[in-house]
Amino acid sequence: MYLIIVGGGNVGLHLAKKLKAHDHEVLVLEKFPKQAQRLSSALGDETVFLGDGCEVSVQKQAGFARADVVVAVTGEDEDNMVVCQMAKAFWNVKRVVARVNDPTHTTFFQQIGIDDVVSATSIICQLVEQHITADELIPVGALNKGNIGIVEAHLSHRSPAIGRRVRDLALPGGTNIVYLLRGDQGVLVSGETELAEDDTVVALVPMEAAETLRDLLVPPKY
Amino acid sequence: MNIIIFGCGRTGAVLAQQLSKSHQVTVVEQNPEALGRLGYKHSCKVVLGSGLDMDVLVKAGIEKADMFFALTRGDNTNLMAGQMAKMTYNVDRVVMRVADMHRAQAYRKLGYICLTPALLLAGMMTDMVNGEEYKPIEEYNTLPKELEL
Repeated sequence: MYLIIVGGGNVGLHLAKKLKAHDHEVLVLEKFPKQAQRLSSALGDETVFLGDGCEVSVQKQAGFARADVVVAVTGEDEDNMVVCQMAKAFWNVKRVVARVNDPTHTTFFQQIGIDDVVSATSIICQLVEQHITADELIPVGALNKGNIGIVEAHLSHRSPAIGRRVRDLALPGGTNIVYLLRGDQGVLVSGETELAEDDTVVALVPMEAAETLRDLLVPPKY
Repeated sequence: MNIIIFGCGRTGAVLAQQLSKSHQVTVVEQNPEALGRLGYKHSCKVVLGSGLDMDVLVKAGIEKADMFFALTRGDNTNLMAGQMAKMTYNVDRVVMRVADMHRAQAYRKLGYICLTPALLLAGMMTDMVNGEEYKPIEEYNTLPKELEL
């Protein structure tokens, strides 16, 4: 495949390296001479083209007409938009990918027909959110037709159970913490076991007591 | 008409001045100093910020705008702001200033109104030299065949 990357910053450079390693034909367009030189020494002269990827003459020389994919990863949304729109509308490139720096532009980019819109900001936000909502009981199995759950919980620093012995937790009836992972070690749990930050505990719990167990192990929701 | 002008450069400022005599004009500009170009006597509403920022556009009243001019010195900025006005906020008439005549030609084929100052000026000067009558704006604002890539 022939892939053209517009924007030779960090994203463009590492993307080019990866794609070349997969034996694709890659060309990086970079408009600043100094940065283009840096790219040349990292990627080889044949992979770098000095010019503004928004200009028709540059697009022509770079071979937009035969590109399978055009990826626009400059730091400016408006530049990425123009590159992708022109690639699609005038050079009939099948797949165009844009980085969006301001995540509020994502919907607009999709609306004008950019196939893939990638927002680093949104991805990082999602990861952070996942981390926050990881403060939950995770069902890993069920017994007795689903009446008894096997659940797992990771104890973050905010867990109310940290520093407490299992016997002091006042677990609801029929509930038992059976096992915990501490680092790489599996530990059998008794009433005397003291829970610590970063433990992952495994418990058996009747479904109706799951909420109570949750409140004992993981912090309240935000 | 409710008119938004994004970019208070020389063109934007003069246009805002003239249009505000008979229309509701809002000027969107990022650089406070550039607003000095409007002079002291004007009836434009002014919103500080970028026309690529949706919050700024809404503040400028884009949801009720009849016309949007994108007149910054950045071709791509104008192309993006203009398309956002059209597609996201359904503004009826959108005019973008695009200095690169090839880029402008490309977007004209997509149905957008892109004015290229160099084409207008050169075309009018040619008519002036040749003693010909001035033509409608569209006739100047097309890329001469000889310059196509």
